[in-house]
Amino acid sequence: MNPNPPAIVLQTLLLLFLAPLVSGYMKNWKAKLQNRRGAPPWQVYLDLAKFLRKDMVLSEHASWVFSFAPYVVFLTALTAGLMVPMLIAQAPLSLFGGVLAMVGLLALGRFFLALGGLDPGSAFGGMGSSREMTISAIAEPALMLAVFTVAITAGTTDLSRIAQSTQDAAWKLLNPARVLAFAALFIVLLAETGRIPVDNPATHLELTMIHEAMLLEYSGRYLALMEWGASIKQLVLMTLLVNVFIPVGLAGPHAPFLGLAMSLIAYLVKLTVLAAAMVVVETTNAKLRLFRVPDLLSTAFVLAALALLSTFLFYGS
Amino acid sequence: MAVLSTKLLLLGLLGYGMGAAAGLLFFKRERAANLLSFGCAALAALSNFISCVSALATGAAASSQSFELLPSLIPLVRFSISPDPLGCYFGIIVSLLGLAISIYSVGYAPGYYGRKNIGVLGGFFNMLLMTTTLVFLADNALFFLMVWEIMAMTAFFLVSYEHEHEETRNAGVLYFVLSHLGTGCLIVGFFLLYQASGGFAFEGYRDLGARLSPGIRTSVFLLFLAGFGFKAGVVPLHIWLPAAHPVAPSNVSAVMSGVLIKTGIYGMTRVFFDFMGNPPNWWGVTVLTLGTISAVLGVLFALMEHDLKRLLAYHSIENIGIILMGLGAALMFLHSGHPVLASLALIAALYHTLNHAVFKALLFLGAGAVLHATHTRNMEEMGGLARRMRWTALFFLVGAVAISALPPLNGFVSEWLTYQSLLQGFGTTSSLIRLMFPLSGAMLALTGALAAACFVKAFGITFLAQPRSDRARQAREAPGTMLAGQGVLTAACLFLGLFPTLVLKLFDPLTRQLTGQQLSRQLAAVDGLVLSSVVAEGGTVSTLGILLLGICLAVVPWILWLVFARRTRIRVAPTWDCGLRGLTPHMEYTATGFSKPIRMIFKTLFRPRREVQREYDFSPYFATSLRFESHVEEVFYTRLYRPMNQGALRISRRLRALQAGSIQAYLIYVFVTLVALLLFAL
Repeated sequence: MNPNPPAIVLQTLLLLFLAPLVSGYMKNWKAKLQNRRGAPPWQVYLDLAKFLRKDMVLSEHASWVFSFAPYVVFLTALTAGLMVPMLIAQAPLSLFGGVLAMVGLLALGRFFLALGGLDPGSAFGGMGSSREMTISAIAEPALMLAVFTVAITAGTTDLSRIAQSTQDAAWKLLNPARVLAFAALFIVLLAETGRIPVDNPATHLELTMIHEAMLLEYSGRYLALMEWGASIKQLVLMTLLVNVFIPVGLAGPHAPFLGLAMSLIAYLVKLTVLAAAMVVVETTNAKLRLFRVPDLLSTAFVLAALALLSTFLFYGS
Repeated sequence: MAVLSTKLLLLGLLGYGMGAAAGLLFFKRERAANLLSFGCAALAALSNFISCVSALATGAAASSQSFELLPSLIPLVRFSISPDPLGCYFGIIVSLLGLAISIYSVGYAPGYYGRKNIGVLGGFFNMLLMTTTLVFLADNALFFLMVWEIMAMTAFFLVSYEHEHEETRNAGVLYFVLSHLGTGCLIVGFFLLYQASGGFAFEGYRDLGARLSPGIRTSVFLLFLAGFGFKAGVVPLHIWLPAAHPVAPSNVSAVMSGVLIKTGIYGMTRVFFDFMGNPPNWWGVTVLTLGTISAVLGVLFALMEHDLKRLLAYHSIENIGIILMGLGAALMFLHSGHPVLASLALIAALYHTLNHAVFKALLFLGAGAVLHATHTRNMEEMGGLARRMRWTALFFLVGAVAISALPPLNGFVSEWLTYQSLLQGFGTTSSLIRLMFPLSGAMLALTGALAAACFVKAFGITFLAQPRSDRARQAREAPGTMLAGQGVLTAACLFLGLFPTLVLKLFDPLTRQLTGQQLSRQLAAVDGLVLSSVVAEGGTVSTLGILLLGICLAVVPWILWLVFARRTRIRVAPTWDCGLRGLTPHMEYTATGFSKPIRMIFKTLFRPRREVQREYDFSPYFATSLRFESHVEEVFYTRLYRPMNQGALRISRRLRALQAGSIQAYLIYVFVTLVALLLFAL
């Protein structure tokens, strides 16, 4: 239960270094599916190193909030990541908060990201902030309802305990409530990580962009922190899906080295499958008009509500 | 200890009285009136604050005795007060806010020098704090109604302070009328209680609910729900709130949104939990539903506002909704026989009451500082204030993060407790009703996310980017006392957010009084550093831990800077302007533009209307002038209150025939009425 320093350090490093790689692979696969060769997956690391070495340009209209935001975005994503079980079923910092704190921390990062978009006074940034806050607001109830469904079944909001509660019985994974909630969360994941059909991560300077619009005025190491923070956030949400809903292969609390290695392999396999699914969705769909996005997200909400209803039917039986 | 805290309480009440007297005596000398009245208020509030906190912390409040302030010559009325745990808890709220706002007012009032009478402002301000404190402590129904009414009237005078504006007068009258409708409900409710218990002392009402007949019980519930609902601003009884709170002077707005609407919450808690005993299930369901509706609609209407103070006023409706969700859940748990969960939900609701008081007052004080500096409430004319009013911006940002329920501040803690009680509620019944808990939890999530959107807008448009008007360009930082007042509340936000387990100790006497439980030990883990759910392994959170961890992890960006970025330089340059000739404030995103997606998504609710008039010479793409108008319908006013108002006017037009103006006719009416009554009596 108590914080375990080696586990904290290990998970922090894993979050820091795996996140860009996941983004890189997804870009690469997307390119392959679109008959392009694509940049190598490790290009993202090179980009980050390049951003970090560059001089920065700050807007003369911006205030201290603009410079504070990248740190908040980066650190909240990292802190939230420590509350999700990655390799060991016991997340290193479950004690400091469960799913509510995790969602809250990501929201705090988003809050400052949107303020950072408004601060330089460009219309693009304002547009991005407005859309980001709108979409996240309508995604939030679906996200929470889906999470509540599993939290109610497990009787806790602690992500480690939710994962452990289903680990011992494989048949619980096929519980209809779980499957529906997973589907709802998958849609929310697409929205929260700014993927097609909600937002396009590959675009710059289009009137449709959301996340990239808020970053337009960032450069140098602030841009690096923002991009890195976004990829960590994506990894955290993906981990939430694969490890809390499908806790197959998670190592126990006192796993030997071999157990950890097996757990890492299982985790990477699950991540790969989820990332591939996201890439396929991105390649086979067109971006939705902004005012169609609520329809998609209300689908997610309905799925989550159905999950809840089936929890009601099966609860306690 | 108990004696000392009672003495401090009386000293505080006396201090308010002296402040009120000083304000009115020195009404011709504004500096003296300002310093004396607000100084007295600050000291009195401090004394009350110490008294209430010590009474709760030492547990002295649990054994409080009722005593009379003044001997009464009127039968049945006794001016008696009893500093019991519930009263003391709300006493903390009013005195903490009273302290901060009084300090702030010393700097704020000079803005009115030469224009308005400071003595009246200070005098009524003291009176308002005193009567509000008495509302929380009164121990006799008639005395309660008296101070309730004086409080409402004092607030009316303060709302109408700048009565030279028509908007202010209209808002004042609306508040006056609806407040009295509420008081009317309360009077009838208390008479029903009197009928059942044969007295007006609160002592006689304890657990009276079980002895009432079902019909009377239902009427009592509905009457008090409506009566206190008007004061709290529960949807659909809320329409006076966004009208009246913004037009009052900002220090008064802070008291009204922070404390005054909480008298409604106090009343509901007192009546439903203290007087009524085991409630039927539909009470809780009703309160939970009303709370959910208020929360979601409150925040949606707030998003449509570009008047900074009206926006904050709508957020009060939202937060009252969140508080009611906790209260409703607590009633449902009491019904289903889960006193521990009921206590958890009650604590969540009352903790949120305190938190909302603190951050809403902080935000209103910030808005007041902005108003003081720019002389406008319209956000579209602000911008760039973060560079001109550094401290105000920082304090407002803390308030904005807190009200958006983001960790690690206090709004997050109380919403976390609310979520916990809602989630655990699923197991308490087996009927379909239990689906309400997670669904209202999801609506709470929607509310939180929309509130975050709204405060990105409120902070971003007001304080960031370039100033949108000359007034904003010339804004100066507020004077020291105004900053000190905001500083006190900012510190309170941090304390309530980071050390919840210390605060929860104060709730023990309170929950013992209302539900017979005591949870502070169960809610604290790891030496009080971690807040834990009451159910075993139900979840833990530590805001302090999150903050410290975040600070520790800051080592990562620092290492990155050491390794990569040590030799980089920072250049300051204009924002990229797409190749135009420089960026002007006109190109910035506006508050109206920011909330447009929400307006379109919820268009069935808002029914937005817009008019665009374009004048051009040769092509519509090169307009010479453009006029844009956009409106949102105030659904509750146009669909509910206006028809009711028109109906009332129609009926009174009919009845006017009775008023013929001749004495003879009136004498006949009297005679007929008398005969009718006599017949009825026989």
